[in-house]
Amino acid sequence: MQTKPLALRILDILAIVLLGISAYLALNAPTERVMGEVQKVFYFHIGTAWTALLGFILAGVFSVIYLITKDLKWDRFQVAAIEVSLVFFLITIVLGSIWARPAWNTWWTWDPRLTTAAVTELIYVAYFMLRQGIDDPDRRARFGAVYALVGGLSAPITFFAIRLFRTIHPVVIGGTNPEADGGFSMTPDMRSAFFFALFAFSIIFIDLFWNRIRLGDLQEKVEQLKLKVSM
Amino acid sequence: MVDKTTEIRSVPLERRSHKSSFIKAVGAVVWKDLRAEFRSRELFSAMLVFSLLIILIFNFALELDIKTRQSVTSGVLWATFAFAGTLGLNRSMAIEKDRGCLDGLLLAPVDRSAIYFGKVISNLAFMLIVELIVLPVYSVLYTVNLFQPGLLLVILLGSIGYAGVGTLLAAMSVQTRTRDILLPILLFPVVIPVLLSAVKASSGFLNGADWEEIVLPLNLLIAYDIIFIALAFMVFDNVVEE
Repeated sequence: MQTKPLALRILDILAIVLLGISAYLALNAPTERVMGEVQKVFYFHIGTAWTALLGFILAGVFSVIYLITKDLKWDRFQVAAIEVSLVFFLITIVLGSIWARPAWNTWWTWDPRLTTAAVTELIYVAYFMLRQGIDDPDRRARFGAVYALVGGLSAPITFFAIRLFRTIHPVVIGGTNPEADGGFSMTPDMRSAFFFALFAFSIIFIDLFWNRIRLGDLQEKVEQLKLKVSM
Repeated sequence: MVDKTTEIRSVPLERRSHKSSFIKAVGAVVWKDLRAEFRSRELFSAMLVFSLLIILIFNFALELDIKTRQSVTSGVLWATFAFAGTLGLNRSMAIEKDRGCLDGLLLAPVDRSAIYFGKVISNLAFMLIVELIVLPVYSVLYTVNLFQPGLLLVILLGSIGYAGVGTLLAAMSVQTRTRDILLPILLFPVVIPVLLSAVKASSGFLNGADWEEIVLPLNLLIAYDIIFIALAFMVFDNVVEE
Protein backbone atom coordinates (compact mmCIF):
# COMPACT_ATOMS: atom_id res chain seq x y z
CA MET A 1 0.00 0.00 0.00
CA GLN A 2 1.35 3.32 -1.06
CA THR A 3 1.21 6.03 1.61
CA LYS A 4 0.32 9.59 0.81
CA PRO A 5 3.35 11.71 -0.06
CA LEU A 6 4.33 14.10 2.71
CA ALA A 7 3.99 17.18 0.50
CA LEU A 8 0.41 16.25 -0.30
CA ARG A 9 -0.41 15.74 3.37
CA ILE A 10 1.01 19.15 4.20
CA LEU A 11 -0.96 20.64 1.34
CA ASP A 12 -4.16 19.03 2.69
CA ILE A 13 -3.71 20.73 6.04
CA LEU A 14 -2.71 24.01 4.40
CA ALA A 15 -5.84 23.95 2.26
CA ILE A 16 -8.12 23.55 5.28
CA VAL A 17 -6.32 26.30 7.21
CA LEU A 18 -6.47 28.67 4.23
CA LEU A 19 -10.19 27.99 3.82
CA GLY A 20 -10.71 28.93 7.47
CA ILE A 21 -8.66 32.13 7.21
CA SER A 22 -10.39 33.08 4.00
CA ALA A 23 -13.81 32.63 5.59
CA TYR A 24 -12.70 34.70 8.57
CA LEU A 25 -11.43 37.53 6.34
CA ALA A 26 -14.59 37.46 4.24
CA LEU A 27 -16.83 37.66 7.30
CA ASN A 28 -14.78 40.47 8.81
CA ALA A 29 -14.54 42.52 5.64
CA PRO A 30 -16.67 45.69 5.65
CA THR A 31 -20.32 45.08 4.88
CA GLU A 32 -21.42 46.45 1.54
CA ARG A 33 -23.76 49.42 1.97
CA VAL A 34 -26.61 48.54 -0.37
CA MET A 35 -26.63 44.73 -0.49
CA GLY A 36 -25.61 44.08 3.12
CA GLU A 37 -24.43 40.74 4.41
CA VAL A 38 -25.31 38.73 1.33
CA GLN A 39 -22.51 40.43 -0.57
CA LYS A 40 -20.02 38.29 1.42
CA VAL A 41 -20.97 35.36 -0.81
CA PHE A 42 -19.00 37.16 -3.49
CA TYR A 43 -15.56 36.19 -2.10
CA PHE A 44 -16.16 32.47 -2.40
CA HIS A 45 -18.22 32.90 -5.56
CA ILE A 46 -15.26 34.37 -7.44
CA GLY A 47 -12.79 32.04 -5.71
CA THR A 48 -14.56 28.91 -6.93
CA ALA A 49 -15.42 30.38 -10.33
CA TRP A 50 -11.83 31.33 -11.08
CA THR A 51 -10.41 27.94 -10.13
CA ALA A 52 -13.17 26.05 -11.96
CA LEU A 53 -12.51 27.99 -15.17
CA LEU A 54 -8.79 27.40 -14.74
CA GLY A 55 -9.50 23.68 -14.37
CA PHE A 56 -11.60 23.58 -17.53
CA ILE A 57 -8.87 25.34 -19.49
CA LEU A 58 -6.27 22.94 -18.05
CA ALA A 59 -8.48 20.02 -19.09
CA GLY A 60 -8.51 21.33 -22.65
CA VAL A 61 -4.71 21.53 -22.63
CA PHE A 62 -4.45 18.01 -21.18
CA SER A 63 -6.72 16.61 -23.86
CA VAL A 64 -4.56 18.10 -26.61
CA ILE A 65 -1.46 16.62 -24.97
CA TYR A 66 -3.20 13.26 -24.61
CA LEU A 67 -4.27 13.19 -28.26
CA ILE A 68 -0.68 13.86 -29.30
CA THR A 69 1.19 11.59 -26.88
CA LYS A 70 -1.49 8.90 -26.23
CA ASP A 71 -0.14 8.55 -22.68
CA LEU A 72 -2.93 7.60 -20.26
CA LYS A 73 -1.33 9.72 -17.55
CA TRP A 74 -2.68 12.83 -19.28
CA ASP A 75 -6.13 11.28 -19.36
CA ARG A 76 -6.06 10.89 -15.58
CA PHE A 77 -4.94 14.52 -15.27
CA GLN A 78 -7.83 15.58 -17.46
CA VAL A 79 -10.45 13.62 -15.52
CA ALA A 80 -9.10 15.02 -12.26
CA ALA A 81 -9.24 18.61 -13.54
CA ILE A 82 -12.76 18.26 -14.90
CA GLU A 83 -14.14 16.48 -11.86
CA VAL A 84 -12.85 19.03 -9.37
CA SER A 85 -13.87 21.93 -11.64
CA LEU A 86 -17.36 20.51 -12.07
CA VAL A 87 -17.92 20.57 -8.31
CA PHE A 88 -16.36 24.02 -7.92
CA PHE A 89 -18.47 25.41 -10.72
CA LEU A 90 -21.61 23.97 -9.16
CA ILE A 91 -20.67 25.75 -5.92
CA THR A 92 -20.19 28.97 -7.93
CA ILE A 93 -23.66 28.65 -9.43
CA VAL A 94 -25.34 27.89 -6.10
CA LEU A 95 -23.55 30.76 -4.34
CA GLY A 96 -24.41 33.11 -7.19
CA SER A 97 -28.01 32.05 -6.95
CA ILE A 98 -28.06 32.76 -3.21
CA TRP A 99 -26.69 36.23 -3.93
CA ALA A 100 -29.05 36.86 -6.83
CA ARG A 101 -32.22 36.25 -4.80
CA PRO A 102 -31.92 39.48 -2.74
CA ALA A 103 -29.86 41.44 -5.31
CA TRP A 104 -31.85 40.70 -8.47
CA ASN A 105 -35.01 39.48 -6.74
CA THR A 106 -34.81 36.12 -8.52
CA TRP A 107 -32.87 32.89 -8.06
CA TRP A 108 -32.12 32.61 -11.72
CA THR A 109 -32.16 34.70 -14.87
CA TRP A 110 -31.08 33.87 -18.41
CA ASP A 111 -28.16 36.22 -18.39
CA PRO A 112 -25.11 35.33 -20.60
CA ARG A 113 -22.89 34.34 -17.70
CA LEU A 114 -25.55 32.33 -15.93
CA THR A 115 -26.64 30.57 -19.09
CA THR A 116 -23.08 29.81 -20.11
CA ALA A 117 -22.39 28.46 -16.63
CA ALA A 118 -25.40 26.16 -16.84
CA VAL A 119 -24.46 24.98 -20.34
CA THR A 120 -20.84 24.39 -19.28
CA GLU A 121 -22.01 22.32 -16.31
CA LEU A 122 -24.19 20.25 -18.65
CA ILE A 123 -21.34 19.76 -21.13
CA TYR A 124 -19.09 18.29 -18.47
CA VAL A 125 -21.88 16.16 -16.98
CA ALA A 126 -22.35 14.78 -20.52
CA TYR A 127 -18.59 14.21 -20.59
CA PHE A 128 -18.85 11.87 -17.61
CA MET A 129 -21.89 10.11 -19.08
CA LEU A 130 -19.88 9.50 -22.25
CA ARG A 131 -16.97 8.06 -20.29
CA GLN A 132 -19.28 5.83 -18.27
CA GLY A 133 -20.56 4.15 -21.41
CA ILE A 134 -17.15 2.95 -22.59
CA ASP A 135 -15.23 0.02 -21.11
CA ASP A 136 -12.00 0.07 -23.08
CA PRO A 137 -9.66 2.51 -21.27
CA ASP A 138 -7.88 3.71 -24.42
CA ARG A 139 -11.08 4.41 -26.25
CA ARG A 140 -12.54 6.06 -23.15
CA ALA A 141 -9.54 8.35 -22.97
CA ARG A 142 -9.65 9.21 -26.69
CA PHE A 143 -13.38 9.98 -26.69
CA GLY A 144 -13.07 11.91 -23.45
CA ALA A 145 -10.29 14.05 -24.86
CA VAL A 146 -12.21 14.73 -28.08
CA TYR A 147 -15.37 15.68 -26.23
CA ALA A 148 -13.49 17.84 -23.72
CA LEU A 149 -12.01 19.72 -26.69
CA VAL A 150 -15.35 20.15 -28.46
CA GLY A 151 -17.05 21.22 -25.23
CA GLY A 152 -14.21 23.47 -24.15
CA LEU A 153 -14.31 25.29 -27.49
CA SER A 154 -18.07 25.57 -27.57
CA ALA A 155 -18.52 27.07 -24.09
CA PRO A 156 -16.80 30.42 -24.84
CA ILE A 157 -18.66 30.64 -28.17
CA THR A 158 -21.91 30.14 -26.29
CA PHE A 159 -20.90 33.02 -24.07
CA PHE A 160 -20.29 35.33 -27.03
CA ALA A 161 -23.49 34.17 -28.69
CA ILE A 162 -25.57 35.06 -25.67
CA ARG A 163 -23.70 38.33 -25.33
CA LEU A 164 -25.72 39.37 -28.38
CA PHE A 165 -28.43 39.92 -25.82
CA ARG A 166 -28.01 42.27 -22.91
CA THR A 167 -26.35 41.36 -19.65
CA ILE A 168 -27.21 42.39 -16.10
CA HIS A 169 -24.31 40.58 -14.43
CA PRO A 170 -22.06 43.06 -12.63
CA VAL A 171 -18.42 43.32 -13.65
CA VAL A 172 -16.54 44.05 -10.42
CA ILE A 173 -12.99 43.60 -11.70
CA GLY A 174 -11.86 45.65 -14.67
CA GLY A 175 -14.50 47.62 -16.50
CA THR A 176 -18.03 48.55 -15.65
CA ASN A 177 -21.28 47.61 -17.22
CA PRO A 178 -23.84 50.43 -17.13
CA GLU A 179 -26.71 47.96 -17.33
CA ALA A 180 -25.37 45.77 -14.52
CA ASP A 181 -27.42 45.43 -11.40
CA GLY A 182 -25.72 44.95 -8.04
CA GLY A 183 -22.24 46.17 -8.92
CA PHE A 184 -20.08 47.81 -6.27
CA SER A 185 -16.54 49.01 -5.70
CA MET A 186 -14.26 47.48 -3.08
CA THR A 187 -12.50 49.05 -0.10
CA PRO A 188 -8.90 47.96 0.67
CA ASP A 189 -10.16 45.50 3.34
CA MET A 190 -12.55 43.92 0.90
CA ARG A 191 -9.81 43.79 -1.69
CA SER A 192 -7.45 41.88 0.59
CA ALA A 193 -10.22 39.44 1.58
CA PHE A 194 -11.01 39.02 -2.10
CA PHE A 195 -7.45 38.31 -3.21
CA PHE A 196 -6.90 36.04 -0.25
CA ALA A 197 -10.00 34.05 -1.26
CA LEU A 198 -8.59 33.72 -4.80
CA PHE A 199 -5.30 32.48 -3.38
CA ALA A 200 -6.94 30.10 -0.89
CA PHE A 201 -9.18 28.53 -3.50
CA SER A 202 -6.26 28.11 -5.87
CA ILE A 203 -4.42 26.12 -3.19
CA ILE A 204 -7.55 24.12 -2.36
CA PHE A 205 -7.98 23.37 -6.03
CA ILE A 206 -4.38 22.21 -6.42
CA ASP A 207 -4.78 20.02 -3.34
CA LEU A 208 -7.99 18.37 -4.58
CA PHE A 209 -6.55 18.07 -8.07
CA TRP A 210 -3.48 16.29 -6.77
CA ASN A 211 -5.55 13.98 -4.57
CA ARG A 212 -7.78 13.12 -7.51
CA ILE A 213 -4.79 12.33 -9.74
CA ARG A 214 -3.43 10.06 -7.01
CA LEU A 215 -6.82 8.36 -6.79
CA GLY A 216 -6.79 7.85 -10.57
CA ASP A 217 -3.32 6.30 -10.39
CA LEU A 218 -4.43 3.94 -7.63
CA GLN A 219 -7.56 2.98 -9.58
CA GLU A 220 -5.36 2.16 -12.54
CA LYS A 221 -3.17 -0.02 -10.34
CA VAL A 222 -6.19 -1.87 -8.94
CA GLU A 223 -7.43 -2.54 -12.47
CA GLN A 224 -4.07 -3.99 -13.45
CA LEU A 225 -3.91 -6.17 -10.33
CA LYS A 226 -7.43 -7.44 -11.01
CA LEU A 227 -6.42 -8.33 -14.56
CA LYS A 228 -3.36 -10.17 -13.26
CA VAL A 229 -5.42 -12.17 -10.76
CA SER A 230 -8.04 -13.14 -13.31
CA MET A 231 -5.34 -14.33 -15.72
CA MET B 1 16.99 24.68 -66.25
CA VAL B 2 15.02 21.95 -67.90
CA ASP B 3 15.07 19.85 -64.77
CA LYS B 4 13.72 22.64 -62.69
CA THR B 5 10.72 23.30 -64.90
CA THR B 6 9.73 19.65 -64.95
CA GLU B 7 10.03 19.56 -61.20
CA ILE B 8 7.83 22.60 -60.79
CA ARG B 9 5.27 21.14 -63.13
CA SER B 10 5.23 17.74 -61.54
CA VAL B 11 4.43 18.96 -58.01
CA PRO B 12 1.04 20.50 -58.70
CA LEU B 13 0.10 17.56 -60.88
CA GLU B 14 0.77 15.13 -58.05
CA ARG B 15 -1.07 17.28 -55.63
CA ARG B 16 -4.02 17.54 -57.95
CA SER B 17 -4.27 13.79 -58.30
CA HIS B 18 -4.13 13.44 -54.52
CA LYS B 19 -6.85 16.04 -54.16
CA SER B 20 -9.08 14.42 -56.74
CA SER B 21 -8.72 11.01 -55.08
CA PHE B 22 -9.78 12.58 -51.77
CA ILE B 23 -12.82 14.16 -53.38
CA LYS B 24 -13.60 10.87 -55.10
CA ALA B 25 -13.49 9.07 -51.74
CA VAL B 26 -15.79 11.65 -50.18
CA GLY B 27 -18.12 11.34 -53.16
CA ALA B 28 -18.14 7.55 -52.86
CA VAL B 29 -19.21 7.69 -49.21
CA VAL B 30 -21.93 10.23 -49.99
CA TRP B 31 -23.14 8.23 -52.98
CA LYS B 32 -23.24 5.03 -50.93
CA ASP B 33 -25.32 6.70 -48.21
CA LEU B 34 -27.71 8.36 -50.61
CA ARG B 35 -28.23 5.20 -52.64
CA ALA B 36 -28.83 3.07 -49.55
CA GLU B 37 -31.30 5.66 -48.33
CA PHE B 38 -33.18 5.92 -51.63
CA ARG B 39 -33.64 2.15 -51.58
CA SER B 40 -34.86 1.83 -47.99
CA ARG B 41 -36.19 5.35 -47.23
CA GLU B 42 -36.09 4.39 -43.53
CA LEU B 43 -34.23 7.35 -42.22
CA PHE B 44 -35.77 9.98 -44.42
CA SER B 45 -39.37 9.01 -43.77
CA ALA B 46 -38.75 8.74 -40.02
CA MET B 47 -37.16 12.20 -39.91
CA LEU B 48 -39.93 13.74 -41.97
CA VAL B 49 -42.84 12.26 -40.02
CA PHE B 50 -41.08 13.03 -36.75
CA SER B 51 -40.60 16.69 -37.66
CA LEU B 52 -44.22 17.06 -38.74
CA LEU B 53 -45.27 15.56 -35.40
CA ILE B 54 -43.06 18.04 -33.54
CA ILE B 55 -44.74 20.92 -35.35
CA LEU B 56 -48.09 19.42 -34.40
CA ILE B 57 -47.03 19.24 -30.75
CA PHE B 58 -45.80 22.83 -30.82
CA ASN B 59 -49.10 23.85 -32.31
CA PHE B 60 -50.93 22.60 -29.23
CA ALA B 61 -48.25 23.47 -26.69
CA LEU B 62 -47.87 27.09 -27.78
CA GLU B 63 -51.29 27.76 -29.35
CA LEU B 64 -49.73 29.24 -32.45
CA ASP B 65 -52.16 32.06 -33.13
CA ILE B 66 -51.18 34.96 -35.35
CA LYS B 67 -49.67 37.01 -32.55
CA THR B 68 -47.41 34.38 -31.02
CA ARG B 69 -46.52 32.99 -34.42
CA GLN B 70 -44.53 36.08 -35.33
CA SER B 71 -42.22 35.75 -32.36
CA VAL B 72 -41.84 31.99 -32.10
CA THR B 73 -41.77 30.75 -35.73
CA SER B 74 -37.98 30.61 -35.95
CA GLY B 75 -37.75 28.95 -32.55
CA VAL B 76 -40.27 26.27 -33.50
CA LEU B 77 -38.47 25.65 -36.79
CA TRP B 78 -35.06 25.24 -35.20
CA ALA B 79 -36.31 23.05 -32.38
CA THR B 80 -37.92 20.84 -35.04
CA PHE B 81 -34.72 20.66 -37.10
CA ALA B 82 -32.62 19.92 -34.03
CA PHE B 83 -34.80 17.05 -32.82
CA ALA B 84 -35.28 15.54 -36.27
CA GLY B 85 -31.55 15.97 -36.88
CA THR B 86 -30.52 13.77 -33.95
CA LEU B 87 -32.80 11.05 -35.26
CA GLY B 88 -31.02 11.09 -38.61
CA LEU B 89 -27.51 11.35 -37.16
CA ASN B 90 -28.07 8.46 -34.80
CA ARG B 91 -29.47 6.25 -37.50
CA SER B 92 -26.86 7.03 -40.12
CA MET B 93 -24.04 5.96 -37.79
CA ALA B 94 -25.93 3.06 -36.18
CA ILE B 95 -26.44 1.48 -39.62
CA GLU B 96 -22.70 1.51 -40.22
CA LYS B 97 -21.97 0.01 -36.83
CA ASP B 98 -24.68 -2.68 -36.80
CA ARG B 99 -23.91 -4.22 -40.12
CA GLY B 100 -20.16 -3.98 -39.67
CA CYS B 101 -19.89 -1.45 -42.49
CA LEU B 102 -17.78 0.89 -40.40
CA ASP B 103 -14.93 -1.63 -40.30
CA GLY B 104 -15.16 -1.99 -44.06
CA LEU B 105 -15.04 1.76 -44.50
CA LEU B 106 -12.05 2.02 -42.20
CA LEU B 107 -10.21 -0.66 -44.15
CA ALA B 108 -10.53 1.36 -47.35
CA PRO B 109 -7.15 2.86 -48.31
CA VAL B 110 -8.33 6.47 -48.10
CA ASP B 111 -7.78 9.28 -45.64
CA ARG B 112 -10.17 8.82 -42.71
CA SER B 113 -11.26 12.43 -42.88
CA ALA B 114 -12.77 11.53 -46.28
CA ILE B 115 -15.18 9.26 -44.40
CA TYR B 116 -15.98 12.09 -42.03
CA PHE B 117 -16.68 14.60 -44.80
CA GLY B 118 -18.69 12.05 -46.75
CA LYS B 119 -20.84 11.35 -43.71
CA VAL B 120 -21.27 15.06 -42.99
CA ILE B 121 -22.40 15.74 -46.54
CA SER B 122 -24.89 12.87 -46.59
CA ASN B 123 -26.28 13.82 -43.17
CA LEU B 124 -26.51 17.41 -44.33
CA ALA B 125 -28.32 16.29 -47.47
CA PHE B 126 -30.94 14.39 -45.44
CA MET B 127 -31.42 17.35 -43.12
CA LEU B 128 -31.80 19.77 -46.02
CA ILE B 129 -34.30 17.56 -47.83
CA VAL B 130 -36.42 17.26 -44.68
CA GLU B 131 -36.15 21.01 -44.10
CA LEU B 132 -37.17 21.74 -47.68
CA ILE B 133 -40.35 19.74 -47.11
CA VAL B 134 -41.06 21.12 -43.63
CA LEU B 135 -40.75 24.75 -44.78
CA PRO B 136 -43.61 24.73 -47.33
CA VAL B 137 -45.78 22.65 -44.99
CA TYR B 138 -45.22 25.16 -42.22
CA SER B 139 -45.83 28.02 -44.66
CA VAL B 140 -49.18 26.53 -45.72
CA LEU B 141 -50.29 25.62 -42.21
CA TYR B 142 -49.58 29.04 -40.76
CA THR B 143 -49.72 31.28 -43.84
CA VAL B 144 -46.27 32.77 -43.49
CA ASN B 145 -43.84 32.95 -46.36
CA LEU B 146 -40.70 31.11 -45.28
CA PHE B 147 -39.10 31.06 -48.71
CA GLN B 148 -36.84 34.05 -48.30
CA PRO B 149 -33.27 33.83 -49.57
CA GLY B 150 -31.89 35.14 -46.27
CA LEU B 151 -33.72 32.55 -44.22
CA LEU B 152 -32.63 29.77 -46.55
CA LEU B 153 -29.03 30.90 -46.13
CA VAL B 154 -29.37 30.79 -42.34
CA ILE B 155 -30.88 27.30 -42.53
CA LEU B 156 -28.01 26.13 -44.73
CA LEU B 157 -25.34 27.57 -42.42
CA GLY B 158 -27.04 26.28 -39.29
CA SER B 159 -27.47 22.80 -40.75
CA ILE B 160 -23.81 22.68 -41.76
CA GLY B 161 -22.70 23.41 -38.21
CA TYR B 162 -25.21 20.99 -36.76
CA ALA B 163 -24.30 18.14 -39.11
CA GLY B 164 -20.57 18.85 -38.73
CA VAL B 165 -20.52 18.51 -34.95
CA GLY B 166 -23.32 15.94 -34.91
CA THR B 167 -21.51 13.52 -37.21
CA LEU B 168 -18.39 13.58 -35.03
CA LEU B 169 -20.38 13.04 -31.82
CA ALA B 170 -22.62 10.38 -33.41
CA ALA B 171 -19.51 8.47 -34.44
CA MET B 172 -18.52 8.45 -30.76
CA SER B 173 -21.94 7.75 -29.26
CA VAL B 174 -22.65 4.65 -31.40
CA GLN B 175 -19.53 3.05 -29.94
CA THR B 176 -20.75 3.36 -26.35
CA ARG B 177 -23.09 1.21 -24.31
CA THR B 178 -25.81 3.85 -24.04
CA ARG B 179 -25.69 4.76 -27.72
CA ASP B 180 -29.18 5.95 -28.61
CA ILE B 181 -29.81 8.09 -25.58
CA LEU B 182 -26.31 9.54 -25.46
CA LEU B 183 -26.22 11.51 -28.72
CA PRO B 184 -28.69 14.28 -27.82
CA ILE B 185 -27.06 14.64 -24.41
CA LEU B 186 -23.63 15.08 -25.99
CA LEU B 187 -24.83 17.15 -28.91
CA PHE B 188 -27.31 19.70 -27.55
CA PRO B 189 -25.05 21.52 -25.06
CA VAL B 190 -22.34 22.01 -27.69
CA VAL B 191 -24.61 23.14 -30.54
CA ILE B 192 -26.32 25.79 -28.45
CA PRO B 193 -24.32 28.54 -30.20
CA VAL B 194 -25.65 27.30 -33.56
CA LEU B 195 -29.24 27.16 -32.40
CA LEU B 196 -28.98 30.52 -30.66
CA SER B 197 -27.52 32.46 -33.55
CA ALA B 198 -29.66 30.62 -36.10
CA VAL B 199 -32.85 31.46 -34.22
CA LYS B 200 -31.74 35.06 -33.86
CA ALA B 201 -30.81 35.43 -37.53
CA SER B 202 -33.95 33.63 -38.74
CA SER B 203 -36.30 35.76 -36.68
CA GLY B 204 -34.35 38.80 -37.87
CA PHE B 205 -35.04 37.87 -41.49
CA LEU B 206 -38.67 36.95 -40.80
CA ASN B 207 -39.44 40.18 -38.96
CA GLY B 208 -37.55 42.34 -41.45
CA ALA B 209 -34.95 43.55 -38.95
CA ASP B 210 -32.02 45.82 -39.88
CA TRP B 211 -29.00 44.24 -41.53
CA GLU B 212 -26.76 45.21 -38.60
CA GLU B 213 -28.89 43.12 -36.30
CA ILE B 214 -28.70 40.06 -38.54
CA VAL B 215 -25.08 40.21 -39.59
CA LEU B 216 -23.73 39.51 -36.09
CA PRO B 217 -25.41 36.12 -35.55
CA LEU B 218 -24.73 35.29 -39.19
CA ASN B 219 -21.00 35.88 -38.70
CA LEU B 220 -21.11 33.82 -35.55
CA LEU B 221 -22.70 30.93 -37.47
CA ILE B 222 -19.98 31.06 -40.12
CA ALA B 223 -17.25 31.20 -37.47
CA TYR B 224 -18.78 28.24 -35.62
CA ASP B 225 -19.03 26.19 -38.82
CA ILE B 226 -15.39 26.81 -39.70
CA ILE B 227 -14.01 26.23 -36.19
CA PHE B 228 -15.89 23.03 -35.52
CA ILE B 229 -15.49 21.41 -38.90
CA ALA B 230 -11.75 22.12 -38.69
CA LEU B 231 -11.64 20.62 -35.19
CA ALA B 232 -13.63 17.55 -36.23
CA PHE B 233 -11.37 17.12 -39.24
CA MET B 234 -8.35 17.07 -36.93
CA VAL B 235 -9.71 14.71 -34.27
CA PHE B 236 -11.85 12.32 -36.35
CA ASP B 237 -8.99 9.81 -36.60
CA ASN B 238 -9.10 9.40 -32.83
CA VAL B 239 -12.80 8.64 -32.88
CA VAL B 240 -12.73 5.76 -35.34
CA GLU B 241 -9.32 4.31 -34.47
CA GLU B 242 -9.43 0.69 -33.38
